[in-house]
Amino acid sequence: MLPYTIRECDVLVVGAGGAGLRAAIASAEAGCSTLVITKSLLGKAHTVMAEGGIAAGLANVDSPDSWEVHFADTMLGGQLINNWRMVDLYAREVIDRVYELERWGGLFDRTEDGRIMQRAFGAHSYRRLCHVGDRTGLELIRTCQDRLVHTAGTDVLMECTLTRLLVSGDRVCGAFGYDRNTGELMVIRAGAVVMASGGWGRMYRQTSNSWEGTGDGAAMAYEAGAELQDMEFVQFHPTGMIWPPGARGILVTEGVRGEGGILRNAEGERFMERYDPVKKDLSSRDVVARSIYKEVQAGRGSPHGGAFLDIASRRSAAEIRKKLPSMCAQFEDLAGVDITREAMEVGPTIHYTMGGVRVDAETAATTLPGLYAAGEVAAGLHGANRLGGNSLGDILVFGRRSGEAAAEYAKGLAAKPAVSEKQVAEEQEAVLRPLSGDDAKSAENPFQLHRALQEAMQDDAGIGRSDESLHRALLAIGELRERSARMRVPGGRALNPGWQTCRDVEFMLTISEAIVRSALARRESRGAQWRFDFPEKDDQLSRVNLVVRRHGGAMAVEERPLQAMPDEVVTRLARSRFFDPATLPSHYAGKVQPLPVEAHP
Amino acid sequence: MTSAAAPTETGRPVPESGLTGESVTLRVFRGVPGRKQAYTTYEVPEVAGMVVLDAVHWVQRNVDGELAVRWNCKAGKCGSCSAEVNGHPRLMCMTRIDTLPRGTITVAPLRAFPLIKDLVTDVSRNYETNKLIPPFTPAPDDGTPWRIPQMDIDRLYEYRKCIECFLCQDVCHVNRTHELSARFFGPRFFVRVASLEMHPKDVLDRRALLHEEGGLALCNITKCCTEVCPEHIHITDNAIIPLKERVADRYFDPVRWLGRKLHRGGEGSGAGPAGGPPG
Repeated sequence: MLPYTIRECDVLVVGAGGAGLRAAIASAEAGCSTLVITKSLLGKAHTVMAEGGIAAGLANVDSPDSWEVHFADTMLGGQLINNWRMVDLYAREVIDRVYELERWGGLFDRTEDGRIMQRAFGAHSYRRLCHVGDRTGLELIRTCQDRLVHTAGTDVLMECTLTRLLVSGDRVCGAFGYDRNTGELMVIRAGAVVMASGGWGRMYRQTSNSWEGTGDGAAMAYEAGAELQDMEFVQFHPTGMIWPPGARGILVTEGVRGEGGILRNAEGERFMERYDPVKKDLSSRDVVARSIYKEVQAGRGSPHGGAFLDIASRRSAAEIRKKLPSMCAQFEDLAGVDITREAMEVGPTIHYTMGGVRVDAETAATTLPGLYAAGEVAAGLHGANRLGGNSLGDILVFGRRSGEAAAEYAKGLAAKPAVSEKQVAEEQEAVLRPLSGDDAKSAENPFQLHRALQEAMQDDAGIGRSDESLHRALLAIGELRERSARMRVPGGRALNPGWQTCRDVEFMLTISEAIVRSALARRESRGAQWRFDFPEKDDQLSRVNLVVRRHGGAMAVEERPLQAMPDEVVTRLARSRFFDPATLPSHYAGKVQPLPVEAHP
Repeated sequence: MTSAAAPTETGRPVPESGLTGESVTLRVFRGVPGRKQAYTTYEVPEVAGMVVLDAVHWVQRNVDGELAVRWNCKAGKCGSCSAEVNGHPRLMCMTRIDTLPRGTITVAPLRAFPLIKDLVTDVSRNYETNKLIPPFTPAPDDGTPWRIPQMDIDRLYEYRKCIECFLCQDVCHVNRTHELSARFFGPRFFVRVASLEMHPKDVLDRRALLHEEGGLALCNITKCCTEVCPEHIHITDNAIIPLKERVADRYFDPVRWLGRKLHRGGEGSGAGPAGGPPG
């Protein structure tokens, strides 16, 4: 076995996006020595790409708004298979988290009378997104980053990758990984681990995700014995850039539509009026993405297979530059398009993952003792479809909760559990195998395997799926899994992208299998899951989440009954302007009546 | 640029569509400290709208998996992929090949930072500098949500647009030529201090820090930082010069200087000729 460095901490936080930073601040403030590990530099996580804002029922702009309406919108957007208790905590607490962020130095645009400004966003009943221009995620991460480095008891390891959670008996006791730049191997001993590693989009071809979105956190949690949930729900953001090819997949913020932009097809028709006459262009993301897809299928797509997003005819150039400055720059620099004068060409792009590690609402505890999960890597808050603006809120609310609970747990331990030498040796061997130099003749290239996986997932487990396509994807994953055992790369451990990609491919294969198996088992269309062969919702499936767990070395998918909302909570659904009793599943039917029209000014 | 542009089908775009039929000659710095360092030239098939980072990735995927490059969002929002393209500090993800002069494109790592490997440099000293700056500190109050005029936000927003690409730190001659980074915060962190000093709710005074550890006076406002900023922050005019004025008010105002003489042990002892007047 090669030598490795040992580091110790009370709480290990995996990931330095908003969830990880907020968790680390909470853990350190609770008195625990807290180590944050990030694959990138500090401040570069996907949080910086969140543009639209933080949804919170402050009611600064629209007075009828409240946390209850936010609750209702989020549940309805998630097609009622969200963990309602998470949504409840979230809608209440996100208000405090926004004001807290402001007191940490975070900026928000203001109303005339100096309060936090809020903008409209898809499927939110009222103007609700607290924002600063179109760079709210950057503001959030920078504010938390500066807060973290000035919080005593915290340390950050940048550009390090973890490859395995170490377990002792039934509990997590640390992790194994390496420094990306030097190749130094390391073991981190920790009382508790908070997984805040974000989502996964890199197994798809058209994605707004960076190289980091390979699903390491969820895969490591699964491999260590934690349960995953809702893995079939992968969000296509309706508006990614589609032209030129060099810019394909780059996100175009929903804020464009929030500020009044509309989608048109090749015939100039505002087609969302047909698909969702009420919410129109600000319908939920699953609906808008599917509508664009259908327009293209019907031959009414834009020249490069998408739709036109038009704000130029709806707002003055000065307003556009003020509210959407980075969109102006992005299109000007990358596409040569002046969005104050011309329409943007956009199409669906993989953006976010609703599924992830199954957690307890109050504590963010996973099913594996000592392991917590918060943010995009965790499942439950968003159900079958996430509303825009609910991820920045999610990471603050559950980042904090996970950090506090992990600290509590770590402090309660009499001693840190011992790390198993055997596990470390096994993992070392697995991680170093691609560098072994053997098997050169049948060696597989990790970049090629990655590309092949992207083709399979995009084509067969993408925006629309069927039994046939999913079985094809499963077959491809199986073959790639076999080939992945033969990945071999030249070079050493120090900053070697080829070698680093090998483990990423393995993680992505595990996650892809979970997506495909879950999508197969959910024989219905709901939220982001669109089955061509089962185009309707299935009432029975409205009562369950699909849970993925390791069972005797194989992957098992099972239905798990979801906790039903109590009657007094169900009645809250009527507070949403978009509530329609006809869409309620049978177990909620008749428990809630629509409010009179005047309740929704 | 659209000659070979096969229309794509949403959800199933043709992966390599948009090939222009041309190739790009990419000359990339390769090497690690203490060993052979040299440029290697690659021919990369050009795709419409291709950016320099795409070309580097093409090499990594198809020719040499050991080629090291740092990147994240590929959308100009995270500031990870900073490098020197044809000698100019740029974000590789926002530099379109077809905006560069036809011919060989040279890509090198940031020169003002220690090399790690190929295009990746050690920028960790920036994170150490940030730790020296006292964080946002509001006055204690009753916790009522603040009222802040939009005008204040607009002014601060410019500073807060910074994506920490460190191109300004790279181009600044105080770092790059004179290697004085040990006693010079650099443009990025003057912007950071400006965002704190100008915040209407912040109550700390960071002028002594700027004048002493920060080395603000070393800046002689050549505006190189402003020129390379991908966020178009007017670093010199809107951050550095206002800070220099504030420091000058404190250290070089003759009335205040006399006041300090009369009240020894009062504010700031750092005033003196060593700092020099602001540009």
